[in-house]
Amino acid sequence: MLAIDRIFLHERMGAVALGSLAASGRRVADPRRAFCVMDHIVDTRPGRGDRTLMPGGQAFISETRRAALEAGLTLYDVTDPDQGIMHVISPELGIVLPGCTLVAPDSHTCTQGAFGALAWGIGSSEAEHALATGTLRVRRPRSLRVILSGRLAAGVTAKDLALALIARYGAGGAKGCALEFAGEAVAALDMEARMTLCNLASEFSAMTALIAPDDVAFAYLQGRRYAPQGASWSAAVAQWRRLASDPGARFDEEITLDAAAVEPMVSWGVSPAQSTGVTGVVPPAAAQRPLAYMGLRAGQALRGIPIDAAFIGSCTNSRLSDLRRAAALLAGRHVAPGVAAICVPGSSAVKRAAEAEGLDRVFQAAGFEWRESGCSMCFYAGGESFRPGSRVISSTNRNFEGRQGPGIRTHIASPETVAASAIAGAIADPRELLS
Amino acid sequence: MTPLTRLTAVAAPLLLDNIDTDTIIPSREIRSTGKTGLAAGLFAGWRYRSPAAREPEPSFVLNQPRYAQARILLAGGNFGCGSSREHAVWALAEYGIRVVIAPSFAPIFFGNCVRNGVLPAAVAAAAVRDMAQAVAADPQGNPLTVDVRAQSVSLPDGRRWPFPLESEPKAMLVEGLDAIDLTLQSQQRIDAFLERDRRARPWIYLGAGR
Ligand code: SF4
Repeated sequence: MLAIDRIFLHERMGAVALGSLAASGRRVADPRRAFCVMDHIVDTRPGRGDRTLMPGGQAFISETRRAALEAGLTLYDVTDPDQGIMHVISPELGIVLPGCTLVAPDSHTCTQGAFGALAWGIGSSEAEHALATGTLRVRRPRSLRVILSGRLAAGVTAKDLALALIARYGAGGAKGCALEFAGEAVAALDMEARMTLCNLASEFSAMTALIAPDDVAFAYLQGRRYAPQGASWSAAVAQWRRLASDPGARFDEEITLDAAAVEPMVSWGVSPAQSTGVTGVVPPAAAQRPLAYMGLRAGQALRGIPIDAAFIGSCTNSRLSDLRRAAALLAGRHVAPGVAAICVPGSSAVKRAAEAEGLDRVFQAAGFEWRESGCSMCFYAGGESFRPGSRVISSTNRNFEGRQGPGIRTHIASPETVAASAIAGAIADPRELLS
Repeated sequence: MTPLTRLTAVAAPLLLDNIDTDTIIPSREIRSTGKTGLAAGLFAGWRYRSPAAREPEPSFVLNQPRYAQARILLAGGNFGCGSSREHAVWALAEYGIRVVIAPSFAPIFFGNCVRNGVLPAAVAAAAVRDMAQAVAADPQGNPLTVDVRAQSVSLPDGRRWPFPLESEPKAMLVEGLDAIDLTLQSQQRIDAFLERDRRARPWIYLGAGR
């Protein structure tokens, strides 16, 4: 049994979990450590309110709001200045802390393991359990250390690193283990890149991912709203420094990847494991089913495949550094004719910070729509999608059949690769735009 | 939750790897904040030619008359990957599937299954293929028998395969045990832990919100 320090709900699962809890006559054990945000199905078009394009979506929002307020949770509502994708706002607000346990009914909760927290995604029944008891009953997972050696080359990001890892070891590669990312390449990443890396552990079938907290993590958290202050901060940091795995620690399994050899990655199929370097080809031995869905041929070069749309957003790649890197490529350029391009900042705070540096103007001048924050078109909930049958290059995390809408063909890639491809009107290598 | 001890039933083979929860229950099929009304949306993207019109796709396994009575699903590795949505299990259970047999399961999906009376039985890929072969030859004549207590799956010809299941998930399935009730029995120990922990990590225990 593990004590759960932080619970995060969202409007897609909040009403069902809180409703079921209330129906069984139980209460939230400690509402001060339970949070709720409207991120999954909220409208991201400017001037939004409760109305959303998902049929019936408004009920998810209003019922979650009512249940969260009734239960005494801290709620980040649709128009709250702190609203955003949970895995973006939780670190922003210092809700996740090193050494804490944090759960949410969302499979990308492992993102927050980047801070050395034990953060993992759970189902609705487990969320009820965590809310009611402040604990979860968990089987001790097997441990896996992923050593990422070397340094990433210019134009190659944590997203590419994660996709290369999943492509090499398979979508089930982590086999339910708790995974620790270690090695020179990891230590060199900033916090936002570390979050991107841990985010994709969900696509690797890891129970969770974590990175040893260090000065980079402490510097990120210091001064955040829910982070300890003053003497409490010093005491906390002293404790957090002891969290790193011992030098001689033994893991059940260990795998390695040379980060220096990774190039920008693009998915060609319907699983993140079906990804390859942007200069590569669809594997000659690729299975028929994904190729039929994606409308591609075995052996076809990825670069130059025409795209209909480009999307920058999601808990994987929508933080300020992601937007800055994409904007650097877009500045002074324009998306190709006919390409629908959309940028959705990961949180309202990211949006404001980006606007303060003028990034919104860069995106818009280049032909991108500039949205309010949320999950948006990372997934299709029956509401907004791209034009039917569109081929989309996307900074999101899942390229499953229908993930972004019926028949939508998703290629996942880094924000740089999305930006470069939007400009070219076809899958492109962002390194060609780096001068 | 209905306990599950032993089941003999037709199995439907769907031997693709990495079948994700979006495929099991597409997001657009989750229309209410409840746990029901999901069976018709199960595998909607594959099961219907046009999900909106609900016109069946005849080639999809669950639409074939010989698998109409299926209560067991045979699947490929990493079944239930992707989104954490418990709706995937609610949809399977409401449709009538009580057992999924696959070489491996995504961790969240596994946990969701045992809390809803659905058994995730992990057996080697070769064994799943053997079962699928026997089932496909004659679905009604070769039903699978799943014995949760004995942790085994067997065919009428006597072939039998074990699957792992830890004691707690097993108790949840066999006795329909409610995990919250079980945990609340330890309330004193939980409170004692919290009292110690509050001193060790005071920053974890937040005040009255914002
Ligand atoms: S951005 Fe996408 S992957 Fe992330 S929490 Fe939202 S829907 Fe899930």
